[in-house]
Amino acid sequence: MKKFFKFLVISVLGMTVGVAANAATLRMAYDADPVSLDPHEQLSGGTLQLSHMIFDPLVRWNQELGFDPRLAESWERLDENTFRFKLRKGVKFHSGNEMTALDVSWTFDRLKKSPDFKGIFAPFEALNVVDQHTIDIVTKEPYPLVLHTATYIFPMDRKFYDGYDENGKPKDAIIKHGDAFASTNASGTGPYTITSREQGVKVEFVRFKDYWDTNSPGNVDKIIFTPIKEDPTRVAALLSGDVDFIAPVPPADLDRIDKDPNVDLVTMSGTRIITFQLNQNRRPEFKDPRVRQAIVHAINNEGIVEKIMRGFGTAAAQQSPKGYMGYKDNLKPRYDLEKAKALMKEAGYEDGFSVTMMAPNNRYVNDDKIAEAVAGMLAKINIKVDLKTMPKAQYWPKFDERAADMMMIGWHSDTEDSSNFTEFLAMTPDEATGYGQYNSGNYSNPRVDELVLANQKETDEGKRAAMLQEIEQILYDDAAFVPLHWQDRAWAARKGVDIAPIVNVMNFPYLGDLVIKE
Amino acid sequence: MFAFFVRRLIQATLVMLVISVIAFSIQDNLGDPLREMVGQSVSEAERQALREEMGLNDPFIVQYWRFLQKALRGDLGTSYFFKRPAVDVILDKLPATLELVFGASLIIILLSVPIGVFAAIYPKHWFSKFAMGVSIVGISIPVFLTAILSIYIFSVELNWLPSFGRGETVEIFGGWTTGFLTRDGLVHLILPCIALSSIMLPLFIRLIRAEMLEVLESEYVKFAWAKGLSPKRVWFVHALKNTLLPVITVGGVQIGTLIAYTILTETVFQWPGMGFLFLEAVNRVDTPLIIAYLIVVGLIFVITNTIVDLVYGLVNPTVKLARPQGGD
Repeated sequence: MKKFFKFLVISVLGMTVGVAANAATLRMAYDADPVSLDPHEQLSGGTLQLSHMIFDPLVRWNQELGFDPRLAESWERLDENTFRFKLRKGVKFHSGNEMTALDVSWTFDRLKKSPDFKGIFAPFEALNVVDQHTIDIVTKEPYPLVLHTATYIFPMDRKFYDGYDENGKPKDAIIKHGDAFASTNASGTGPYTITSREQGVKVEFVRFKDYWDTNSPGNVDKIIFTPIKEDPTRVAALLSGDVDFIAPVPPADLDRIDKDPNVDLVTMSGTRIITFQLNQNRRPEFKDPRVRQAIVHAINNEGIVEKIMRGFGTAAAQQSPKGYMGYKDNLKPRYDLEKAKALMKEAGYEDGFSVTMMAPNNRYVNDDKIAEAVAGMLAKINIKVDLKTMPKAQYWPKFDERAADMMMIGWHSDTEDSSNFTEFLAMTPDEATGYGQYNSGNYSNPRVDELVLANQKETDEGKRAAMLQEIEQILYDDAAFVPLHWQDRAWAARKGVDIAPIVNVMNFPYLGDLVIKE
Repeated sequence: MFAFFVRRLIQATLVMLVISVIAFSIQDNLGDPLREMVGQSVSEAERQALREEMGLNDPFIVQYWRFLQKALRGDLGTSYFFKRPAVDVILDKLPATLELVFGASLIIILLSVPIGVFAAIYPKHWFSKFAMGVSIVGISIPVFLTAILSIYIFSVELNWLPSFGRGETVEIFGGWTTGFLTRDGLVHLILPCIALSSIMLPLFIRLIRAEMLEVLESEYVKFAWAKGLSPKRVWFVHALKNTLLPVITVGGVQIGTLIAYTILTETVFQWPGMGFLFLEAVNRVDTPLIIAYLIVVGLIFVITNTIVDLVYGLVNPTVKLARPQGGD
């Protein structure tokens, strides 16, 4: 009887505690689910979204594009090449192991081996363990983006990944094809652990009971994650109440969701720039800056944003979105058909010429429609466009071949910094260094190359900003490429699911901090 | 009978070989699988190294020969995305698709026979005309449109039925999970099954009606009337039985087509079956999975056609399976 009474007390207590914490379940739907549980296997949005659920980074971005401490409590620059991080104490991995500097060091070494991440970590020389809760990150040369890069360090449980799996393969191997322990097992410090996973169908998470961040307001103790590929179905699932939270929201449904009294829409100006590149190797005409200017002036990108994107974007005149260091306020979209015609005449191409154009049709929002609109606009300055659109799987090999005179490319900076755009899109292509890997236009300007290389070693923010802005100005004046717009981001949730504070422009919602009010 | 099976087996092997060659030769045009496996900023050299490691740089014949050798041992390759043997991935999704096809077939059989027969017996009745009118509309609307419309009406506006997925399933044997045994699972089956049957149902109503009309005009039916048999006996024993012969033939072929239509239905309803899997595999250039899917579906076609031939033999004794020139 006594026992029974005890049991009763405990269960009643347990219930009240449960009610006090107001535990809630979140049913969410994205367009895809993560490829792997290994945070180092593929550098993609999906991987980072998952990483923020089952792992924690040293520092993370906040909505103002500043850094919030996570597993690193504080940091300081010791000298030009060294950054010291103080790690949080008493942080437990899902396995029960305690996180120490050795785990961070182990994770760093693994990142340096990952084909997808090693590029980002190339400027880093070493990660030195000072004591159990202190590490020093040493860069090869003075490097301004140490904190940016630290957002990619999600400490993994070194002991958990130690040893060999049942097939005799090391548990920490990064394997892109074929079975691997780390692809299907994970132990991090994050707010959630995975209880079941049927790839492409459903993933279930529960809140980690020993999660270190006890100050987090988050009250979601269970997440049921379903990928829903089709836009209309995903929207229908939210509107019919089958799920609580969806992303992305297709532009065609923005109005409908905004007007629905039972759901909330959150939109944010995005950081992915959509551009066309003008291949100067294939078209001698594109070598003439006046022709490139004419093309930029002929394309009404504000009109594209308004009509095709339904306002779901920001017309651009440069690569860096507002808030980035390189963003230059005076660079404005420059649609002016008369001027475009005059420039063509001045360049001696009044009668125009024909070009080929390629764009993907399932990579960026409305990509094929944008390409069609651009082709139509160029017809007005007598440039006849032969347009081909294709699924991204076929598009990328074509892009690598530089198979058309004008090719569409969208870019999001992995470092959330201006320099990354130019490194990949506008620097002189160089196979040895990898710079200009996505510069299908073969635009080349020694001053731009010089500025990019210099800014990578500049730790003074003011000087760096000046360099990055000079780059944007040069690219603008040269009409190095055709800027279209930055794609917006949108999320939608049932009323009461307070997503506004936890979503961000990088699109990895911090679900650990999500509050659901009933 | 034995000769029939041997012949079928040889045919099936040939079909599989042809499918595998076709699937293998189109894979280069599907895109670059590496692009789906690495981040955008990964260097070309890094991608080349991985391609080399995976044997994708070998000549076509070498790759195909390697594939054949493995295929003989039942290994159709490992899916890039799922990182598991492609056959296992497909077999995991097979129950979901077969249940969808089964549910749709059930709707088709239960509705098309009575409606088709009724429309043949009473061609002038208002219901017959109504059914024929609706069936024209049904044939003309694409499956995905029917699916999206039904989601908006029954899930979003009326909130009667769930909008996506299979709901709660239970495992019955050997990893076969079914949605037919739970209330939630059944509710989830309704819309996808209706959507999937929306093209085939009108087709079968019209087919049965036309066949039945023809049979009703035939000499032996007239003779049956003359003998003074009851209408029920004339309609359901003499006429219907003969109507069903061509319907079974068409039906067998159409089951394959139904599996093809699951690609659209499953995609719209986020139904975790083979069709959806296939479309995703194409998007991700998951070539081993694409090839395995084509082979498995090819096999399903061969098997259903074999069964149809056998059933045909049972219904119509004049068909002799063993004779090389007849039967199939």
